[in-house]
Amino acid sequence: MKKYTYTEKKDTRSGFGAGLHEAGKRNENVVALCADLKGSLKMDDFANEFPDRYIQVGIAEANMIGMAAGLTIGGKIPFTGTFANFSTGRVYDQIRQSVAYSNKNVKICASHAGLTLGEDGATHQILEDIGLMKMLPGMTVINPCDYNQTKAATLAILDYEGPVYLRFGRPSVPIFTPADQDFQIGKAWMVNEGKDVTIIATGHMVWKAIEAGEELEKLGIDAEIINIHTIKPLDEEAILKSVQKTGCVVTAEEHNKFGGLGESVARLLSTQFPAPQEFVAVNDSFGESGTPDELMTKYGLDTINIVEAAQAVLKRKK
Amino acid sequence: MKHKIEELEDIASQVRRDIVRMVHGCQSGHPGGSLGCADFMTALYFEVMNHNTDFNMDGKGEDLFFLSNGHISPVFYSVLARSGYFDVAELATFRKLNSRLQGHPTTHEHLPGIRIASGSLGQGFSVAIGAALAKKLNKDSSLVYTLHGDGELQEGQNWEAIMFAPFNKVDNLISTIDYNGQQIDGPTEKVLSLDNLQAKFEAFGWHVITSDGNDMDNIVKALHYAKSLTGKGRPILNLMSTQMGYGVDYMVGSHKWHGTAPNDAQLESALGQISSKLSDY
Repeated sequence: MKKYTYTEKKDTRSGFGAGLHEAGKRNENVVALCADLKGSLKMDDFANEFPDRYIQVGIAEANMIGMAAGLTIGGKIPFTGTFANFSTGRVYDQIRQSVAYSNKNVKICASHAGLTLGEDGATHQILEDIGLMKMLPGMTVINPCDYNQTKAATLAILDYEGPVYLRFGRPSVPIFTPADQDFQIGKAWMVNEGKDVTIIATGHMVWKAIEAGEELEKLGIDAEIINIHTIKPLDEEAILKSVQKTGCVVTAEEHNKFGGLGESVARLLSTQFPAPQEFVAVNDSFGESGTPDELMTKYGLDTINIVEAAQAVLKRKK
Repeated sequence: MKHKIEELEDIASQVRRDIVRMVHGCQSGHPGGSLGCADFMTALYFEVMNHNTDFNMDGKGEDLFFLSNGHISPVFYSVLARSGYFDVAELATFRKLNSRLQGHPTTHEHLPGIRIASGSLGQGFSVAIGAALAKKLNKDSSLVYTLHGDGELQEGQNWEAIMFAPFNKVDNLISTIDYNGQQIDGPTEKVLSLDNLQAKFEAFGWHVITSDGNDMDNIVKALHYAKSLTGKGRPILNLMSTQMGYGVDYMVGSHKWHGTAPNDAQLESALGQISSKLSDY
């Protein structure tokens, strides 16, 4: 097992904030829109340096998405910022018609995704957003795993023409990817090569997959770990290549088991290379109030759950 | 004036023939609101707007138009074709398989003149404000025009946008409401009253003017007056009275022709009432 260490923890939303600030410096067409959550989305640096290109929308997310679509007409590159819940479910029809169907170059940037939003509870903890967004034709869906990867992803989508959903979160998590990484949309990152079982993880679950890989190594199991940061378009080649080698797979995501990364992997494998799969995901449930760690434990999204899923799927392997 | 009022009326008359023939041709679509807005759309595209029929999505340096109530696509398509965005013969493909003239306007089929999909109601103000903000950022002094149904104002997103625009001094925007008092299920006063729309827009900070959308001279003057009000810190709202189905006697003023196609005999009757000064597609 390749050794991963970290010296610092940071929230992925701060990676977005840093990336947005850098994007604003690199391209004068970048415009940021925010629905009364500037501090939560870490948009202060951009807003302070580029006040003319920062648009405070107020608590009006539908209007924000529509205005972002309109801003592209004239060559602007709008980045919208609010919580994942209000970036997707609340404004689904606006995204569907004015952004996706109209093929507008809007970057929908969504913080506080999943259970790790914590104490605010289920009204704010969306676990359905990946499904909602990946079903829209032409929508790119990205869920990076740490501060550095989120910053790199924010800059990568600046140079990509088309609608993007970028999902990140609130809690501080280990920084274990390189600051100078070459983030390629739609390209999986091989975290660890192994031969017994493939673990495919996205977002906050990638670090837990690494911890699970270390535990499995102690049990004599050699896990291959892949970071899928781009859920759509899916890096089918990387997934197939790995599962053809290991013969079984565990998917891990901070999302409902319905509609998430796991289902995308299952669709691919069922048509190309049927193999046993276990899902580490929320079991079709809403969340609740609690600390991020308490919630990840209660809803089965911990390191131990990945270890157990790997053991279970290995038993099903022929 | 680029055209005499009589010339604009002749174009609008031809647009009305296009509308009833398109809707009859596919036995679906929305003739009522289309007919009511034929004069306004003709005035806009043939007299008021500075626009380039050699279509460019970004529209830098030219006036832009956004149709929020996308179901009146027949009048939009007819005016775009008649002003030179595409061949009028293509109007015959309206709502048919593999057509660029979808039931509701879309950029998806790359029809020249369309800059956003519309049809799901209430989104036009937001899109237009975004485009108007882009013009300001680009130091582009041209204007953004919109059209909205009155019933459409029951959608909440409108009021988010209507609140945003005056506070942010979006004063390069001229929005028009097709104030015909009708929606699918009946008169707006019975379905969900809009009450005093002028007072509502004024309370939100818009400069409101009123016009008669079925009087070409009046609507041209109103739009020129609206242009003179731009650049003064406030968005402009043209509250335009129209009659749904204007120009066809059996359709006038009735919500029943919101989304109903005429049969063969009704088409003949309608065309008998609308003179053709140009030529049918």
